[in-house]
Amino acid sequence: MSEEISVQLLQITEPGAAQDDVVTESTTAAIGIDLGTTNSVIATSTDEKAEVLKDDNGESLVPSVVAYAPDGSPFVGGIAKQFLLDRPETVVSSIKRLMGRGPEDVKSLGGVLPFDLVPQEEGETGMVRLKVGNHIKTPVDVSGDILGALKERAEDLLGKKVNKAVVTVPAYFDDAARTATKDAAKLAGLEVLRLVNEPTAAALAYGLDKGAEGVFAVYDLGGGTFDISVLRMQKGVFQVRSTGGDAALGGDDFDHAIAEHFLAERVKGLGESNISSSEVKVALMTGRIAKECLTSREDGVWMLEADGKQTSHSLDKVTFESLIEEHVDRTIKICRNVLDDAGISRDEIKGVVLVGGSTRVPLVRKKVEEFFGTKPLADINPDQVVAVGAALQAEALTVGSNTLLLDVTPLSLGIETMGGMVEKIIHRNTPIPVAKAQEFTTYQDGQTAMAIQVLQGEREMVDQCRSLAKFTLRGIPPMTAGAAHIRVTFSVDADGLLTVSAGEETTGIEQQVEVKPSYGLTEDEMAHMLRESMVHAQDDITDRLLAESRVEANRVLLAVEAALQVDGDLLNDEERGEIDVAIEKLKTAIAGTERPDIDGGVEVLDQATQVFAERRMDRGIRSALRGVNVDNLENKVSG
Amino acid sequence: MSIDSEIKAENAEATALIPCWSCKGPVNEGNPFCGTCEAVQSPGQINHFVRFGLPVVYRIDESELDLKYFELQRMLHPDRFVAKGGAEKALSQQQAISLNDAYETLKDPQRRADYMVHLFGTEVLPEGCNLVNDQELLMEAMEMREALLEAETADEVMSVGQRAFDDIKICIEDLADAFDLHNYGEACRLTTRLKYLQKLVDETKARRVKLMSV
Repeated sequence: MSEEISVQLLQITEPGAAQDDVVTESTTAAIGIDLGTTNSVIATSTDEKAEVLKDDNGESLVPSVVAYAPDGSPFVGGIAKQFLLDRPETVVSSIKRLMGRGPEDVKSLGGVLPFDLVPQEEGETGMVRLKVGNHIKTPVDVSGDILGALKERAEDLLGKKVNKAVVTVPAYFDDAARTATKDAAKLAGLEVLRLVNEPTAAALAYGLDKGAEGVFAVYDLGGGTFDISVLRMQKGVFQVRSTGGDAALGGDDFDHAIAEHFLAERVKGLGESNISSSEVKVALMTGRIAKECLTSREDGVWMLEADGKQTSHSLDKVTFESLIEEHVDRTIKICRNVLDDAGISRDEIKGVVLVGGSTRVPLVRKKVEEFFGTKPLADINPDQVVAVGAALQAEALTVGSNTLLLDVTPLSLGIETMGGMVEKIIHRNTPIPVAKAQEFTTYQDGQTAMAIQVLQGEREMVDQCRSLAKFTLRGIPPMTAGAAHIRVTFSVDADGLLTVSAGEETTGIEQQVEVKPSYGLTEDEMAHMLRESMVHAQDDITDRLLAESRVEANRVLLAVEAALQVDGDLLNDEERGEIDVAIEKLKTAIAGTERPDIDGGVEVLDQATQVFAERRMDRGIRSALRGVNVDNLENKVSG
Repeated sequence: MSIDSEIKAENAEATALIPCWSCKGPVNEGNPFCGTCEAVQSPGQINHFVRFGLPVVYRIDESELDLKYFELQRMLHPDRFVAKGGAEKALSQQQAISLNDAYETLKDPQRRADYMVHLFGTEVLPEGCNLVNDQELLMEAMEMREALLEAETADEVMSVGQRAFDDIKICIEDLADAFDLHNYGEACRLTTRLKYLQKLVDETKARRVKLMSV
């Protein structure tokens, strides 16, 4: 009986709920994506309860591996891994390490990399390019393909369209790598609600799920990146105090160390002098397997089979730990610096949260515990905790929330000055968003242009920092040296992305410079890639523009209605009627799908309320003056 | 100009009426939101203390500053404006930038002192506090620097650092008194002292790290 009643009630409420935007809300979802070096994870959240999305086999990790078919179509995840043995040249893994990186960076990454890079000419900038089978791919392409597959997977599992996401990045990612990540999402047809730093996302998960309060450190050792953040968490506020890391240090390095050890043995055993690229790929894969085994076992024997030759290699835990100790010690050194930066001593740290699959390595846990003097926390699966935090933030940004993430810039930003020195404008660990301006001047009489190089990093000399962009400010009026006042403003937004503007104060010449980094894609390349990608059809763009116009029109409507409520008596019936007509017209336009009608309606309403606005200002000023007079009077009386 | 008239000038400035960009009605400059249509406003150029609704005194209650900062960021941070239009997003970013700037300035004893000297003390010393023409101060700075140079062990470096650290605490107390008494000349001198003491502490830290890693 009671069941029947509830069914009836549902039926009654249904027609009312079948409004246009309500339907859109329930058929689309915003997800959290942890785009990892080795694995990626997606999660979704409802009412601050996050859920990691798993496939039919209960697997939540999607290997960040892409295989390209001869026609260029991508296969992502476990399926791509299967190509590793047969056709390793068509498979790309650990692409995150190359995001926003140029040829010089790749050299400095050193060691054996599982990539065939397209050779670049000396001095050529731009992002590295990979040769994959007979295709040329940028890291943005490959990451875009991974994100596209994750989006599809989420849509399948949720039964909803997914077009918005919080994507996490290592806190220590520089501007180029962040921009590259955002570009990749664009290629996949995803709107990035916010780029959130991985340790911050993990802290959010701990704060909301486990109710952690106080000062915490988040130690995040992933496949290819290391981050350490110190945060204060209280009453829903997550305030990052300082952060540090290494964007090229992670579990991959452990694999490399083992692979190099095995390859050295192999070369010696076979009496060969050359190592082929398939031997490297197989050794890396075996190195990873050995590392995972030695997490729970004391020793083992592994086979390397490549180029038709097999070699056998034994490794025990002690040797393994001696191979990786140098890398682990480097993370601890960075921890020490970050605590110093925050001005926080070790005993003030209430807990250390472990994030990233590489924190399963016993030596890592041991050294972290030794350093912080407290047993590290891993209550939430270290592979999933970042995605959980990202999903919680995606919900907070779309549905609303009382929690607040306050993050910082990981690296200092500055510009080149005389003598190849870097003048820092924004220091690391400054809360974002932030904007800072600095004045510079000309150093030659009659100088009309000035080259500005934007740098990121902590060192003092230009060649020790990373060059983000170079541009030339032109049209400075000829003056004596030192007379021009050139003001350079750096702004870092909540995604950690930089914009730079420069202007000459006396003439008002202003240049807005979008920092398309030296190692990024040019606008042309990006536009070309977007055209190429089928995902981003014209419809999507039209939809987005329409949605933007509706948001703006609704804002204007609400503003006018609020004003009429308060000051409606300032209008006579005729004037009021005119405004009401404009309001109705705009409402009709909003309900429709023609963007020009909506924009036009806003314009008309704006015109119709101009006199009204003037009268409201007059009234405001008159009543304010009265207020001042009363104040003065009081002063006289009391004085 | 007395401190009271300064504050009054600030307040008068804060109550200047400007039209809301969204509903076009009057709104007090410095108010983060329009009282009529609730649209977020431009942060304006208001005094850092006024921004947080705190009294303009050097002796600041840090936990109260934190609370005010969090409270305002909760309303104004760009994360709250993801679904809004471009203009509101941009304004929220400006608001959050101003809050961060004000917070960073007030939280740090050194920057707070600098800021207050610039607010009130410009008539005392037009160039600000960059001139060290105080013999006593110079002597003290040189002595401490020598002590640091002569320190050979990590422990010796630590003891120099500890002395500077203790002096910083005293210096901050003295600064608070000087500002309370509107003695901006003295505040200026103490700000300079605080600057070099802080630098000394930073250097001892760097020296210690160096000595320990050898």
